[in-house]
Amino acid sequence: MEHVFLYAGLYLCLLMFLSLYRAIAGPTILDRLIGVNAIGSKTTTLLILIGLMYHRVEMFVDIALAYAMLNFITVLAASRYFQKRKGLYDESTD
Amino acid sequence: MNIIITLLLICGLIFFTGGTLGILRFPDFYSRLHPAGKLDTFGLVTTVGALALYIAFSPGSILTALKISLIIVFVFITSPTATHAIVDAGVRAGLKPWTKPPAGKS
Repeated sequence: MEHVFLYAGLYLCLLMFLSLYRAIAGPTILDRLIGVNAIGSKTTTLLILIGLMYHRVEMFVDIALAYAMLNFITVLAASRYFQKRKGLYDESTD
Repeated sequence: MNIIITLLLICGLIFFTGGTLGILRFPDFYSRLHPAGKLDTFGLVTTVGALALYIAFSPGSILTALKISLIIVFVFITSPTATHAIVDAGVRAGLKPWTKPPAGKS
């Protein structure tokens, strides 16, 4: 069962690198925000997997809960901050 | 029991793969939010639910399993809210949705 958790964690790391492409090269600011949100939701799973591998899951659960809350607050604050701006345009067309 | 947990974990990883492929491949920002909002939420609920089952059936850690199900409830409420906030920012900033380009002009 430990090997299943290890390979699931490695696969999640691969998916996080694929989402990082959208966070770096997204045409608008909101595309980057989508990439960051996807990485954050994968990290919540990865933290519990790390806790199961290290046999300290009662500590890592609290970190995962705090990380999920931090991810939500980050996306909410950033989207509220950018919605009043007129600078949201597609950077690839011009 | 281990077979059920492994199947749930693989199912959640398939959902995560679909969400990541959708974020990479869809043409514009509104359509990218569709896999990012749904598939990531459901993948996280499935994988974290599998880990909660594994922890609940190991001895002496029922409180940890309860905390993990608290994570599931929290994410199930907050992830659609975050997605809706991103859409709202895009609409108020005046981003146009993607339409199919006319034929012969690619």
